[in-house]
Amino acid sequence: MPETKAFQLNFTKLISNIFIASFFLLGTTFVASARDQIVIVGSSTVFPFSTSVAEQFGRNTEFKTPIVESTGSGGGLKLFCAGIGLEHPDVTNASRRIKKSEFDNCQSKGIAMTEVVIGYDGIVVANLKSAATLNLSLKQIFMATAAKVPAPGCENDCALVENPYKMWSDIDPSLPAKKIEILGPPPTSGTRDAFQELAMQGGSKSFPTLNALKKSNKSEWKRIVHTVREDGGWIDSGENDNLMVNKLIANPDAVGVFGYSFLEQNADKLKGSNVDGVAPTFENIADGKYNISRSLYFYVKHAHIGTVPGIKEFVEEFTSENAFGEEGYLIDKGLIPLFEEERDAIRTQGVALKKLEL
Amino acid sequence: MTDRSTQTAQSKHLKKRYRAEKRFKFFGLAAICSAAGILLVLIGGLTQMSIPAFTHHYVKLDIAIPETTIQAEQVTDPVAMRKVNWRGMVRKALRNEFPEVTDRSGKRAIGNLLSGGAGDAVRDKVLNDPTIIGSTVEVALPLSDDVDLLLKGLIDRSLLEENRVVSDRELTFIDHLEATGRIDRRIAWFLFTSGDSREAEMAGLRSAAVGTLLTMLVTLLFSFPLGVMAAIYLEEIAPKNRLTDLIEVNINNLAAVPSIVFGLLGLAVFINFFHLPRSAPLVGGMVLALMTLPTIIIATRAALAAVPPSIREAALGVGASPIQVIFHHVLPLAMPGILTGTIIGLAQAAGETAPLLMIGMMAFIVDTPMWINDKATVLPAQIYMWANNPERAFQAKTAAGIICLMVFLLLMNALAIYLRKKYEKRW
Repeated sequence: MPETKAFQLNFTKLISNIFIASFFLLGTTFVASARDQIVIVGSSTVFPFSTSVAEQFGRNTEFKTPIVESTGSGGGLKLFCAGIGLEHPDVTNASRRIKKSEFDNCQSKGIAMTEVVIGYDGIVVANLKSAATLNLSLKQIFMATAAKVPAPGCENDCALVENPYKMWSDIDPSLPAKKIEILGPPPTSGTRDAFQELAMQGGSKSFPTLNALKKSNKSEWKRIVHTVREDGGWIDSGENDNLMVNKLIANPDAVGVFGYSFLEQNADKLKGSNVDGVAPTFENIADGKYNISRSLYFYVKHAHIGTVPGIKEFVEEFTSENAFGEEGYLIDKGLIPLFEEERDAIRTQGVALKKLEL
Repeated sequence: MTDRSTQTAQSKHLKKRYRAEKRFKFFGLAAICSAAGILLVLIGGLTQMSIPAFTHHYVKLDIAIPETTIQAEQVTDPVAMRKVNWRGMVRKALRNEFPEVTDRSGKRAIGNLLSGGAGDAVRDKVLNDPTIIGSTVEVALPLSDDVDLLLKGLIDRSLLEENRVVSDRELTFIDHLEATGRIDRRIAWFLFTSGDSREAEMAGLRSAAVGTLLTMLVTLLFSFPLGVMAAIYLEEIAPKNRLTDLIEVNINNLAAVPSIVFGLLGLAVFINFFHLPRSAPLVGGMVLALMTLPTIIIATRAALAAVPPSIREAALGVGASPIQVIFHHVLPLAMPGILTGTIIGLAQAAGETAPLLMIGMMAFIVDTPMWINDKATVLPAQIYMWANNPERAFQAKTAAGIICLMVFLLLMNALAIYLRKKYEKRW
């Protein structure tokens, strides 16, 4: 059959061509190429800001647009501290400060770095616009979220019991008689770390029992104040904050814990709860009045400056008034700026590549 | 008498059987209908959500390009072009529409109506036709994503000012521009022609689509020859013993391994051990090739087994060697099935995100990758990143990205069907 014949010939050719092509492909890839593009990894909270700067940087300078990968703060620092060389990232973002252990690990690989603080981020406890506004204290937030709390109605040396509070009104009669249902970030998230650190640990200070425990058994104390309840009061809701916003809209009784920028973008649907009498507004977070807020950072690897072009200029762009200043483009993306003097100091240190010491 | 009673019993039995068959047919139909219904709801919902992303609002402005900005012969020089303040030029042009606004915040609010990339529209126009330097031309400038959403009716004007991303003052500016007929709605070609961006009105799928193509190329080049050769050996040449049985069980098992496992393997072997570049289509393609291999091997073996023995016997009978039988007769006849299996395996790989997360292909990448060593991302990863952006306009873009990916997969599957229909043999 002539048709089969033609196809048969084609086919033999096809197979051999594909073989040749894949060997060629293998060949080309082992030609190591110098990298002319900054590689950034790290926190998903800093990701929207870092990408904005990367884009501006690529458009306004002769350098290529840096690539930004969202790996989480811890994952980013791990990659960053893996070593010196073009296969390792040049910059890592973090929604918390580098830990001593991480810093030591970096040092042992001979990695020197500069720390740059870029601004603040508030963590809000928000619910649907039509629901009642919650006026919470950090103490009440701890009581609503912790797995174990000091027994109710007891002052000192209390036994720690499984969280007995099922309704907000169980915690305080002034709170609504609604079931406690908190949608929050999962354990892999930097927002979760910050929430445990700032809100839960902060709230635990109102309990003498826990303060005593801190003195006697620090690791046990840390476990207690950082453990989120697992009886249905707290629901891990994935890294996608947009999804959480939709879940809150579907369930008016639920409250959500997420970054301020998502509240800002959804101000027509959601509102933030007051914490210790302070509303989560732009001004209150910037002034440091709002209690659940944290600084955002990035770290620059010294050894790569000069090898990968544009790192210094990238730091300059990130710390320019046009970017992280009060009217900069990062503010439109939801970043809360530092004070002017702080910004000036950070800019000078960043551009001079001051070495971080811990 | 007995005869009749058996007859009635039989006809009763028959009726019962017919009823059962009818019931079965009905359940089958119901299953199909509900599956089709769910699919329809899904696609319908997505399409409806994605519609806003396919158009964008532009404002037509007369822009004066003074000769002092740039010389016509410098247009091809990227450094000189970058030095021109295109952004300031378009903002000034828009401010001229509102001579009554003199305060700083008002001027800023007017500037913010425009997209951050509005200046690029003028730059591109100059690049296309340098003769316009020194004259005034009408340019359509993209508006910012918030203004665009408002004009599409996706931001409620009746809300209180503090609950709205567009302020009252900006509303009056927009209304004025609309009343003077300067705003029009156009097809958002940038969705296909530009790379990723943090601004919804500039973000496109181009870099991710090219990344997907490069990744699929690597996947095809690795998995197809390896998969087909492995299948030919196992099916036609290898002796049937315990070892080959074990290999067969393992291949079938691999087809069901969660894809993230292949990502972890890729991270450990290709990146950490062989030091291949992170975030590159090369590694992504190799990981996906591993994932696709079992599918191709199984499909190829099935296609080879389906070639009737008479073909082989006839070929052997006229003196062909066993290898000639395979390559000259069996394989060409099995080809339609092999290609179908390969394309379906590739389509499945094209929709994967989990393994690529591990090897760094879930990244913000603006530049279009040129080759398999370049940093790249893929369509499903792009969709995932858009879904995570806080800006409201990205929700429609996410849906639009999903629609594009589905069209891409549909085309691949259509190709598989076409190849099968064209070369298929019926015995």
